[in-house]
Amino acid sequence: MKRIALIGMPNTGKSTFFNRLTGASAKIGNWPGITVELLSAKIMEGSEMVEIVDLPGIYNLHGFSEDEKVARHFIENADLDLLVVIGNASQMDRQLGLVLQLQELNLPMVLLLNMHDEAQQHGIKIDTDRLTSELGTPVTLMSAKYSQGIKQARELIRESLSKEKDSTAKEKDTFTDDVKLETKLDHLMSKCVNVPIELSGGLTDKLDKVLLHPWFGLPLFFLAILLMFEVVYTIGTPLQDGIAWLLNVILESQIAHVIDSFNPVVQSFLIEGIYNGVGTVLSFLPIIVMFFLCMAVVEDSGYLARAAFLMDAFMSKLGLDGRSFVMQLMGFGCNVPALMGTRVMRSRGLRLLTMMIIPFSLCSARLQVFVFLTTAIFSPQAAPLVLFTLYIASFGAAFLTAAIYRNRLPNSEPLLLELPPYRFPTWQQMLLHGWRETWYFIREASGYILLGVVLVWFLTHYPFDAVPASSETLAGKIADVFAPVFEPLGMDKLMTVVLIFGFVAKEIVLGAMAVIYAVDPDNLAGVVANTTTWIQAYSFMLFVLIYTPCLSTVAVLKQESKSWSFTAIAVAWPLFLAWLTSFVFYQAATYLFGS
Amino acid sequence: MTLNLLKSGEVAKITSVTADDALKARINGLGLRIGQEVAVIRRACMGGPLQVRVGHTDILMRPEQADLINLAK
Repeated sequence: MKRIALIGMPNTGKSTFFNRLTGASAKIGNWPGITVELLSAKIMEGSEMVEIVDLPGIYNLHGFSEDEKVARHFIENADLDLLVVIGNASQMDRQLGLVLQLQELNLPMVLLLNMHDEAQQHGIKIDTDRLTSELGTPVTLMSAKYSQGIKQARELIRESLSKEKDSTAKEKDTFTDDVKLETKLDHLMSKCVNVPIELSGGLTDKLDKVLLHPWFGLPLFFLAILLMFEVVYTIGTPLQDGIAWLLNVILESQIAHVIDSFNPVVQSFLIEGIYNGVGTVLSFLPIIVMFFLCMAVVEDSGYLARAAFLMDAFMSKLGLDGRSFVMQLMGFGCNVPALMGTRVMRSRGLRLLTMMIIPFSLCSARLQVFVFLTTAIFSPQAAPLVLFTLYIASFGAAFLTAAIYRNRLPNSEPLLLELPPYRFPTWQQMLLHGWRETWYFIREASGYILLGVVLVWFLTHYPFDAVPASSETLAGKIADVFAPVFEPLGMDKLMTVVLIFGFVAKEIVLGAMAVIYAVDPDNLAGVVANTTTWIQAYSFMLFVLIYTPCLSTVAVLKQESKSWSFTAIAVAWPLFLAWLTSFVFYQAATYLFGS
Repeated sequence: MTLNLLKSGEVAKITSVTADDALKARINGLGLRIGQEVAVIRRACMGGPLQVRVGHTDILMRPEQADLINLAK
C-alpha cells in the first residue's frame, strides 16, 4: 500500500481537501515514534489502496513548535511515496517559501494551490505551467471548498504515484542556505505570479472595522457568543424534551410489559439502571449536536483569530496570550481537543499555564448537567441567568488560576498569528465538522456512561434487600465516609455519590442521578426539584464546574505535559478550588438566605 | 524606525529583522521578508497587538515583536 502525506501552512484549507478526498472515513491514529495522534484515511486511488495522512499545519520546516517537530519527524521517518503540498493561492509570496524548503527533502511531490476562488477575487494570476517547469514539481489550482479542480488534483496525485520512485535520485539540495531560497522565491514570484495592487478593502476589511473596533469589538464578541448559546437552546431544548418524552412512552408501552415477568432485581437493573441512566444522557444529545454545529461555524469562520486579537492585552497580564483565550473557548466544546491545541505554543511555561486553565472551561458534558439542574430548580426566567453566572464562574476560576501560577510558569513567547479572511463554511463543511465532533463525543463517552450507570446502579442497590440508595447500601456507606468533606458544601448523600462518579466523566452525572433517584428521564427534574434547595443545587453545580472534568482530560494533561508532578497539581488544585468555592458559597448563602 | 512606530494606514519597506534564528524563521514564514512592503491596519486598545498586512496576509503581533522589524520609508 502506498502512503501520501498532506502538508501545508495553517489556513490553506488542507483539512477541507482532506475531507474531500476521504469523506467521513478518516480515523485518528497513533504513529510509531510520535506521541501525537494524526488523522488518516485509506482510499482507492485508481486501482490501488492509498493511505493519506493529514499532518499538522506548519509555517516552517525548521521550526521548533511541537506541531512542526511532529510534521518533520513524520516526513523524515514514515515511508512516504508522495508529499502533497497544499498552498493558499492568494498568498503565493510566503507559501512558496515552505514549498522550496520541502523540495530539499527530495521526496516526490505535487503542489496543489487551493482557494483559487479567493485568489481570483483578488485578481491574482498564477502561471501554473511556468511554475511547474521552474519548480520541477507538478502544480495545479483548485478550490477544495467549492469542489473545483479536485478532479485534476487527484489525477496529478495518481500520475505521480504511478511513476517509479527514481525522481528521488534528483541531485542533492542546491539551495541549502536561506539567501539562495530567498533569491529563488523572488525569481518564482516575478516569473509566475501576478498580484495586482489592492485598492478597495473587501468584505473582511469592512467586517473587521466593526468587529475589531477598539471599544465595540469585545462587547460584540461576547454578544455573538451569547447569541450562539441562544440558538443552541432555542432549537435544542424542545428536541431534548421530545426525546425524554418519547423514551418514557416507549418504556411504558413497549418495554414494561415484556419484562414484567422478570426477577425484580433484573427489572430494576434494566429499567432504573440502564434505560433511565443512558436515556437521560441520550436526551441531551440534541443540545450537544447543536452546540458542536455552532462551534464548527465559529471555528471555520476566522472569528476565533479575532478573539485572540481582542483579548491579548488582557491575557498578557495573566502571563498568557490571545491564543490561550481561543483554546479556552474551544474547551467549551470539549477540553480534550483544546488541550491538544496547545501544541502550537513553543514556550513550555505558556503551554503548561494554558493547560492549567483549559479544564475550567464549561464543556458540553458539564453543560448537560447545568441545563438540567437550572431548568429543574429555577424559574424559566431565572434559569438562563443562572447558567450565565456559571460561565462567568468558569472564566473567573481560569483567570484566578492563571494569576496564581503565572510566576511559576514564566512565558516569554512572542505572539505572531495569521488573521485569515472571514470565511463562511459551506453546509457540507459545517455538517461534516459537527458530525465528526459529535461522533467523537459519543464514541468516547458511551463506554463511560454505560459502565458508570451500571456501577452506580449496583452500588445504590446492593445488598438487594436494602432500600435503594439508603445508608445500608454500598453507596450509602461510601457517602458516609465522605460526609465530613461534603456536608459543609450542602451535599446530601446521594449528591456525594454522584460527585464521586462524576470524577470519571461528567457525562455520567445525569445518568447517575436518574439511577439514584430511580426515575425515568421525563420525571427526573420534578423529583430533584422536590428534594434539593436552590442553594444546594448551585453549590453542587459550582463543584461540578470546577473540579476535574474527566479522566480523559487527566490522561491528556499527562500525555501532553509529559510530567507527573504537573498532572498532579493540575488535578489537585481544581479539587481544592472547587471545594473552597462551594464551601464559601454554601455557607454564605445559607447565612444570608436561610436554608 | 521599526514597525511598532508605523502609524495605522501607512506603508513602508522591511529592511531587516533583529531576532534569533527561530523567530526570524517564523516572521519569514508569515511573509514578512526583507524588501516587502508592510502596513499597519490597526492596533488593539490598552497596548494590545497590532494588525499588520503584508501582501494578502494579515498578521496579528505584539508591539514587542513589531519592534524587531526595521523599516525604511
